[in-house]
Amino acid sequence: MGELKLMKGNEAIAEAAIREGVDAYFGYPITPQSEVLEYLMMERPEQRTGMVVLQAESELAAINMVYGAASCGKKVFTSSSSPGISLYQEGISYIAGAELPCVIANIVRGGPGLGTIQPSQADYFQTVKGGGHGDYKLLTLAPSSVQEMADFIELGFELAFKYRSPIMILSDGMIGQMMEKVELKDQKSRWSEAEINTLNGTWATVGKPDSRERNIITSLDLDSAKMEQHNHDLQAKYRMMEKNEVRYEVFDTEDAEYLIVAYGSSARIAQKSVFLARQKGIKVGLMRPITLYPFPSKPMAELAKQMKGILSVEMSAGQMIEDIKLSVECSVPVEHFGRYGGIIHSPEEVLEALEQKIIGG
Amino acid sequence: MDIKDIVKEENLVYTKTKCMTDNVLSYCPGCGHGTAHRVIMEVLDEMNIQEDTIGVAPVGCSVLAYDFMNIDIIQAAHGRAPAVATGVKRTMPEKYVFTYQGDGDLAAIGTAETIHACNRGENITIIFINNGIYGMTGGQMAPTTLKGMRTSTSPYGRDLPSMGNPLKITELVAQLPGTYFVARHAVHTPAAVRKTKKAVRKAFEIQKENKGLTFIEIVSNCNSGWKMSPVKSNEWMVENMFPFYPMGDIKVDGELVKKD
Repeated sequence: MGELKLMKGNEAIAEAAIREGVDAYFGYPITPQSEVLEYLMMERPEQRTGMVVLQAESELAAINMVYGAASCGKKVFTSSSSPGISLYQEGISYIAGAELPCVIANIVRGGPGLGTIQPSQADYFQTVKGGGHGDYKLLTLAPSSVQEMADFIELGFELAFKYRSPIMILSDGMIGQMMEKVELKDQKSRWSEAEINTLNGTWATVGKPDSRERNIITSLDLDSAKMEQHNHDLQAKYRMMEKNEVRYEVFDTEDAEYLIVAYGSSARIAQKSVFLARQKGIKVGLMRPITLYPFPSKPMAELAKQMKGILSVEMSAGQMIEDIKLSVECSVPVEHFGRYGGIIHSPEEVLEALEQKIIGG
Repeated sequence: MDIKDIVKEENLVYTKTKCMTDNVLSYCPGCGHGTAHRVIMEVLDEMNIQEDTIGVAPVGCSVLAYDFMNIDIIQAAHGRAPAVATGVKRTMPEKYVFTYQGDGDLAAIGTAETIHACNRGENITIIFINNGIYGMTGGQMAPTTLKGMRTSTSPYGRDLPSMGNPLKITELVAQLPGTYFVARHAVHTPAAVRKTKKAVRKAFEIQKENKGLTFIEIVSNCNSGWKMSPVKSNEWMVENMFPFYPMGDIKVDGELVKKD
C-alpha cells in the first residue's frame, strides 16, 4: 500500500504530479485551484525530481508554455479554473491540432463571466463539445474524490501519450478544496533524454541530428486537402478513444427502475440520494460517467432498457443531459435537476426532484 | 563563355547553408525575411549547433519559417512565441532556443509574453523583424507603423491622436533587468548583413553563458505592403524607418549604451 495522507484535492493532484515524474508545471493563480501552484512551489519539486514549476504572467502564457514543453516530448501538467480555462482555449485548440500530449485540470467554479468562486459543473459544454475552435475532442476524466484527483494524473499521462492528445481532468471547487484520505503512488523517475528520444523522438522537437529529417510542431497547413486529411486522422484517433477509453461506474442498478446519472461532486451527492430513496422503497440506481468524452453512451442505452425514467443531476442548468438524451434516443423520459451558480444541491433536493420529475411525472 | 565555365570549384565563394532547406521561399521578391533567415541559419551552421537548437516560428509572413529553417522547430499561436520558447528552454536548458517574430506578433498581440519573457531573463534569443506593417494579412497598420504612414487600415496615414504612437518596444525591453544584449540592425546591404550576423552570433553565444535574454531587432522592408519596388522600399526604409528606429547596440553586457 502506498503512503496515506489527508489532503485537499488540489494538493493531492499536485503531489501526484511530482510523483508521476512530471517534467514541468506552468500555471497562473485563480480561486479555487491556487493551492496547486502554491503546493508545488512549497514542495520544491526542482529539488525532489528536477521538475520545473513556473508561475506565468497569464493563462495565455501558461498554456503556451505547456505547448512549448510538450513539443519537446516532456510530461507537462497545468491547472486552472473556469475563467482561466476560457483563456486556455486557444492553446488547447493548438495543442489538439499539433497533437501534443499534456494534462490539464479544470477546478470548475460558477459562471458565466467572473461568476463565483464556489463549485460548479457548468463547464461541461466547453470541455466536451469543443471550447476552442476547430474539430477536436478533449478526452475528459471527471474525478469524484481526492483519491481520483491523484489517480487521474497517472491515467491522464498514460492516455495523453497513448493518443498524443491533451487530456482534461474536469473537477470542481468542491473536490479541489475538500480534504480526504488519499493513497499516493511511489515516486517515478522523470524520463531521461534517451528515454524521451526513444519514446517521442519521431515527432518531438529535441534538436535535429544529421540522421533524421527535422521535427516540426505545427497545426497549420495552407493546403486544404492536406488539412482535411489531418482532420480525418484526428477523427480516427477520436473513434479509437470512443472504442477503448469509455469509463464509468454503476451503483445499485441491478433491480433499479429509475436511474440517476451524475459525475464528479454530483455523483457523491446522488449516491446519498440513492440510499435515501432505497430507505423509502424506491428502486433507484446511479450511473457515474468517469470519462465525459468519450461518453458511456452504449452502457447507458443498455441500462436505460430496464428504467422508467432517468434524472440527470449536475451543478449546471443542464448540459450533460443532452448526451444522455442522445444516448438513450427517447427510449425513456430524461429530466434534469441541479443547483448552479455556485450552489451545491443536497441529497434531499435530488431525491425530491426524482420523485416529482420522474416518478410523479 | 558558358555557365559551366563559371561554376567551378575554385570560383565557389557562396554555398547553401546546411541549416536552410531546399524549399522555395514563400516571401515576396525583395523582402528582407529570406536574408534574415539565412543570417540566423548561417550562425547555427558556423557554431555547429543545428542539433542543439530549437526554433519557434510566429504567426505572420514568417509563419512558414519551419519550411525553410532546417532545424527542429515549433509554430506558435499569434504572439505567444516567447511563452512557447520559455516552455522549451525551461525543460531543455542545454539547448539554444530562439523565436522569430514580426512586429504585430511581438509588439501588439504578444506584448505581455514579450515583456515578461524579457523581464524573467529567459535564456533565449528573440529575433524581431520590424517592417512597420502586417504583411501576411495584406498590409494593415502595425504597432510600429510610423506617424502618417499609409496602410490598408490607416488609409489616410497613421493619425497619432486616434491610432496611437509607433511603439519602440526594443528600447522598452532594454530597460528590463532580464535582458542582457539588445541591438537593432538591418539586412538591406552587405555591410548591414555582416553587422546583423555578428549580433546574432553574439546573442547565441550569450545563451551558452545563461546571462539573460538577447533581443535583436531587424528593421526590414515590406515592398508589397508598402506598395513600392524593392529598391524604392529599401530607400524609403533608410530615409523614414532608420531615423525613428536607429541602428546599433542599445544594451550590451546588461548595461544600456549611453547615447551622446
